[in-house]
Formats: sequence, structure tokens, C-alpha cells
Amino acid sequence: MGWTLLIVGGVILLIVIFGIVSYNRFVQQRQLIKDAWANIDTELRRRYDLIPNLIETVKGYAAHEREIFEHVTEARTRAMGATGVEDQANAENAVTAGLGRLIAVAEAYPDLKANQNFLALQEELIGTESKIAYARQFYNDQVALLNTLVQKFPANVIAGLGHFEPKPFFEIDEPVRGPVQVDI
Amino acid sequence: MYEQIAGNKRKTVLLLVVSFLLLAAVGYAIGLITGTGWVGVAIAVALALVLQIGAYFKGDRLVLASARARAVTPEEEPRLHNIVEGLAIAAGVPKPAVYVVPEQAPNAFATGRDPEHSSVAVTQGLLETMNRVELEGVLGHEMAHVVDRDILYGTIVATVIGAIVLISEFFLRSWWWGGFGGRRSDRGNGNGGGAELIVFAIGFALLILAPLFGQLIRLAVSRNREYLADAQGAMLTRYPPGLISALKKIADAPHAMRSANNATAHLWFDQPSRIEGQQTGRMEKLFSTHPPIEERIRRLEEM
Repeated sequence: MGWTLLIVGGVILLIVIFGIVSYNRFVQQRQLIKDAWANIDTELRRRYDLIPNLIETVKGYAAHEREIFEHVTEARTRAMGATGVEDQANAENAVTAGLGRLIAVAEAYPDLKANQNFLALQEELIGTESKIAYARQFYNDQVALLNTLVQKFPANVIAGLGHFEPKPFFEIDEPVRGPVQVDI
Repeated sequence: MYEQIAGNKRKTVLLLVVSFLLLAAVGYAIGLITGTGWVGVAIAVALALVLQIGAYFKGDRLVLASARARAVTPEEEPRLHNIVEGLAIAAGVPKPAVYVVPEQAPNAFATGRDPEHSSVAVTQGLLETMNRVELEGVLGHEMAHVVDRDILYGTIVATVIGAIVLISEFFLRSWWWGGFGGRRSDRGNGNGGGAELIVFAIGFALLILAPLFGQLIRLAVSRNREYLADAQGAMLTRYPPGLISALKKIADAPHAMRSANNATAHLWFDQPSRIEGQQTGRMEKLFSTHPPIEERIRRLEEM
């Protein structure tokens, strides 16, 4: 009699402990993903801030490329108003493509390419884009971890009780790294 | 990764205990030779405590100062800062402090006690010879050391072992030039020449062995850690060709560094050498802290 009670009690205790540990793990992972998304957001915002300056600088040398300026400005406005991971990703892809075209245009103007202000902005842009890529990488790694965790038995029971659901990946086009070359 | 962090913490504790005993032994040896007995041990133990606490909290400052590294602002080095920040985001750790070392040989190192208190330093030569992806490759390797807590172990090794070697060299030299005569004169009233000679021999052997022992501990640190940091760094940048290209450039570049010294050699990205333009000799290979660059490239190419 006493033994069965002890065993049943022990098993229940173990289950409760497992539940608590597992629940905390989900909470922790959810917070990590939230922080990772905040990282992406910071870098995206930095890029939005760069765009008007970049356009102004290029305008000074290539005023007639108005179509591209408008295109990039429009993409930026849309991206700033985007909601949700998927919508944001699509909007950002348009910004990245537009900026790529803007930089490609600038390549045709040697005076602009030598402009100190433009060079500084370009470094800031490259730096920010690679940070966006790194932030995305970290975010997606954490999401992948959560998504596996949510599906695995027996943790999935806890996930169901605590309403922890799989999260979408942030899928954007990678900035082109280019070949390894000397560019001092 | 978590096993490596735990492993590094264990190794650090072990190192602190071993080096504490080693310092006490050295103190005992000095006490025997100079005839001051347990005073030597007491001094050594006090010294060891101060040294170890100092190494834990201020070791990174010491390492940076010995390399004559200078903190740079994002305005001075925007590219370097952007890369370090990006890699920190990728690794999910705070951004380390950024330093530049005024040396022409392309090289880099990381130091600190945990990701919250870490620094990375690159040489002027690295900044000048590497393009963006190569710089990312090298810094990805350093970031891997930061994440794995290799920096804690490496920094404490540098400080503690550096100090042990320095102390025993100091005593060995001063004994050689001055203390020897003084010791000899009071030999007459000892308990007998034979026994004292044995004691003296043990003390002397300890003094000789201490730096060698330190060397061995340090050898155990590095080589595999370097391969691992290469692989992890490449995982972080998701672009192994950057690191491969950087290693190739470094292999062709001059290695001589003025601020290179034995205590910090293992911290650097590539083994620094004090000898200009010389090929790695057999002795250097035996005591080298880093695997050969060709082998590092080969392993990365296989990834």
C-alpha cells in the first residue's frame, strides 16, 4: 500500500518537474526569438535612416535618375509600414533590390564614387546589410530550435498547454558577397 | 558548444589550482636555495593569490597593454566596427571592445573573461591587407574563441604562466650572479654537505622545470582549439572561402612582430614570430602553439 503510494507520488512529482523545466525552456526560447527580432528591427531601421541621405548624395551627381530614387523611396515607405514577418521580408527584398540598383547607378559616376560622404554612406550600408543578414541568421537559428522543440514528444504536450506555436522564418534575399578579391 | 564552455571553465579552475601549487613549489625551491625556508612559500602563496585574482579581473588589460593595443572608435574604423558588431549579432553575444595593434604583420587576437567582458584586437597590417570577407573570416575565428570562453583560459594562461616564467627567470638569474656566493658561505654550518646538495638539486630542478611545465600546459591549450575556432568561425560567417583566403594571405606575409612574446603567443590568430623572414624550424614546430597554416586551410577546404 505505502509503496504504491510512494511510487505514484514520485512519478507525479517527476512529471510536474519535467513540465516546469520544459515550460521555462519554451519561455526562454520565446524571449530569445523576441530579442533576435528586435536585433533585426534595429538594423532595418538603421537602413531606413540611411536611405534619404544616400539618395540626396547620389542626386547631387545624377539628378536625372529620378525613377530609381522614387522607386527606392517608395519601397522604404512600404517596408516601414510592413506588419508580420512574411510581409516585412517581402518589403525588405524590394528595398534591397532598389538599393542595389542605386549603388549600381552610382558606379557610373566617377566623381560620386570618389565623394567622401558617399564612400562613408556606402560602408554604412554594406555594414548594415551584413548585420541584417547576421541578425536574420541568428533569428532563424533560434526559430528552428523552437520549432523542433515544439514538435518533439513529450515537450509538445507542454507546448500545447502553454500555447507555444512554431514561428515563421524570416526569409530574405542574401546580399551578394561577391568574389574574394583585394579591394583596398 | 556548451560542453566546450563547461570544459573551458573546468580547465580554468584546474589551471588555477595547478599554477597555485606550482607557484608554491617555486617559492619552496627559492626558500631552499636562499635558505629562508617557509618564508619563500608564504610569499609565493600571497603572490599567487594576488596574481590569480588579478589575472581573472584584469588579465585582458594586461594582455592588451603588452601588445600595445589601442582602442578605436567606430568613426576611426567603421569597417572593423561594423564587422565585429555583425558577428556579435550572429553569435548572439554583446559586441566586444575593438582594438588595433600597431604591427605590420597581419594578425589578431581576442581576450577577456566572458562574452560580456571581451575585446578583439587586430593589427594594422591585417586591416591594410585584408578585404571585407577576409577580415570577417579572421574575426569570425576570434568570435568563436569569445563564445567558447577560450579567451578566459587563454588570458589566464598568458598572465599566470607569464608571471611564473618571469619570476623563476628572475630568481635563477639573480641567484646565478649574486646569491650563489652568499649561499655557499653559510654551507659550513649546515647539517652536512650531501643532504643539502640533494635539496639544492631538487630546488634547482623545480626552478628549471617550472617554465617547462608552464610551456606544456600552454601547448595543451591551443592546437585543437584553433581548428575548432576556424570551423566555428566559418559557420558564423557561413562563408569559409573568406577565412581560407585570409589564411593564404597570412601565410605569404611577414610574421615578425615586435610585441610578440612567449606568454601571449597562443592568443594570436597566427603564431607570431620574433625572427624576421625565417622559416619555421624544427624546434619552433615542437613548441609551436598553432597548427601549420597549410593544415588549417586544408581542413577548411574539406568543410
